[in-house]
Amino acid sequence: MELLGLYHYWVFAILLMIGFYAVVAKRNLIKKLIGLSLFQAAVFLLYITMGKVDDGTAPIFPEAGAVVFSNPLPQVLILTAIVVGISTTALGLGIVVRIKEEYGTIEEHEIQEIDER
Amino acid sequence: MIVIFGIFLLTLLVITAIAIVRTDNLFVAVMLMGIASLLIAANFFLLDAADVALTEAAVGAGISTVLFLGALALTSERERSKSSNRLLSFTVVAAAALILIYATFDKPRFGDPEAPAQTHVAPWYLEKTPEYIGIPNVVTAVLGSFRGYDTLGEVFVVFTAGIGVLFLLGGGKPAGTLPPEQENEGLRHHLIPRVVGRVLIPFILLFGLYVQFHGEYGPGGGFQAGAIFAAAIILYALVEGEQRALSVLPESVLLGMMAFGPLLYGAVGIAGIVLGGNFLDYSVLSSDPVKGQQLGILLIEAGVGISVTGVLLAVFHAFAARGR
Amino acid sequence: MATLLDTLSWVLLTLGGISVLIGGIGALRMPDLYTRMHAASVTDSMGAILVLIGIMLQAGWSLATIKLVAILLFLLLTSPTSSNALASAALLAGTRPFAETRQDGKAPE
Repeated sequence: MELLGLYHYWVFAILLMIGFYAVVAKRNLIKKLIGLSLFQAAVFLLYITMGKVDDGTAPIFPEAGAVVFSNPLPQVLILTAIVVGISTTALGLGIVVRIKEEYGTIEEHEIQEIDER
Repeated sequence: MIVIFGIFLLTLLVITAIAIVRTDNLFVAVMLMGIASLLIAANFFLLDAADVALTEAAVGAGISTVLFLGALALTSERERSKSSNRLLSFTVVAAAALILIYATFDKPRFGDPEAPAQTHVAPWYLEKTPEYIGIPNVVTAVLGSFRGYDTLGEVFVVFTAGIGVLFLLGGGKPAGTLPPEQENEGLRHHLIPRVVGRVLIPFILLFGLYVQFHGEYGPGGGFQAGAIFAAAIILYALVEGEQRALSVLPESVLLGMMAFGPLLYGAVGIAGIVLGGNFLDYSVLSSDPVKGQQLGILLIEAGVGISVTGVLLAVFHAFAARGR
Repeated sequence: MATLLDTLSWVLLTLGGISVLIGGIGALRMPDLYTRMHAASVTDSMGAILVLIGIMLQAGWSLATIKLVAILLFLLLTSPTSSNALASAALLAGTRPFAETRQDGKAPE
């Protein structure tokens, strides 16, 4: 049973590092932004996994009866974080479009070459 | 039993993530990102986070895909260069992953009700929500009232991103200066998507209104509703052409919506001061404190929904207008 | 009666799962885009209908059933439309069908 729970955290670590590899190793700017989105999604997964309670249910009070609830606080935090993430992604994509218009390319090494000239 | 289903979804997620990074066709990567978002949303639902699952599905799988595709249409579709320093990056990344996996063995047992995260302040919120605010959805209560100041900051972040994108991309040709035969007609010559789109858009808008106003009683709220409204208008823009979508909701109306959301939120906060309480203190908005809290949450969720709709649509139109 | 409904819903869910699996295998094994879409449409139609009716039987007469009917209607309306739009886009982009497809309905020699 413990292994089942630990698997969630391992997937978080693997997904985090896959996103980070895309940001660091890939040269295309849009690929970097996609990697950043993956990185953020992994962090969301971590927080929501930490909030789960055994035999719990979504933190919405039912009509009647006492129920065990999962922790609502990580959910509030991640709700905000998802919207902020999409905002920064939109801004990042705007910058990439402008870079393409100014430099003619969105490959990082070609942009550096153009800058050095 | 359900956890086994979660493990299956997580494995699919890792496979999809590896595929995203390895493909060099950016279009394929964006489509796979949509799939990954839906898998994450399903996982959130299995982990009892219904609000978060709805938001991830609406924003991650819906709006994010549209924005990436809009940017791809303006840049290139293929990734042309190989990765740099592959061996070094891979070693660093693998080492960091192994360290993180080693650290996960110290975490409290998954789902433990006695874990520090569940015993610190969460029981106070779960206990006091029926007493102070009286709505069933604890997440909306915490988001709107107990931690309302953070949500105000978030609305301002969304607004800032909107005006940032408009600064960067807002200089396209103004509407109406193109000769009529060059105007983008969307899918008007394709009958089936046009008919089905026209049938569906009213229902999508209705569902958006349902999600907006039912945020207090079930999963929902301003952010999800804003994304759903924006998705409906984006569908209209794709099917009927961007010009007609701009005549339905002109740029000035979108800018007004972008600004009105945070203004409404701030006005509710200042109304709290004017009526004798603190900033963003909703209890003084009505004679009964609990009713005041519900009224306050309703108003600020409306502000959030209007703001998110305005920003997402303005960003979409900025990307769509740039190519002309 | 309750066990009959339960068994029936399990049968429908299993058949729906098999339909989805068939659609997935078809999407992998088919030679070109159009035949792959045709195979994947098994998932959208039979898979969705069987799985959702199976869940409806589990939910009984409640608000959840009405929501499931709405979801089923939405899926049945949008999946064929998106397949149509995808196929139109592919045709406009120049993707040609698998070269050995014969027009007269007989198998290739």
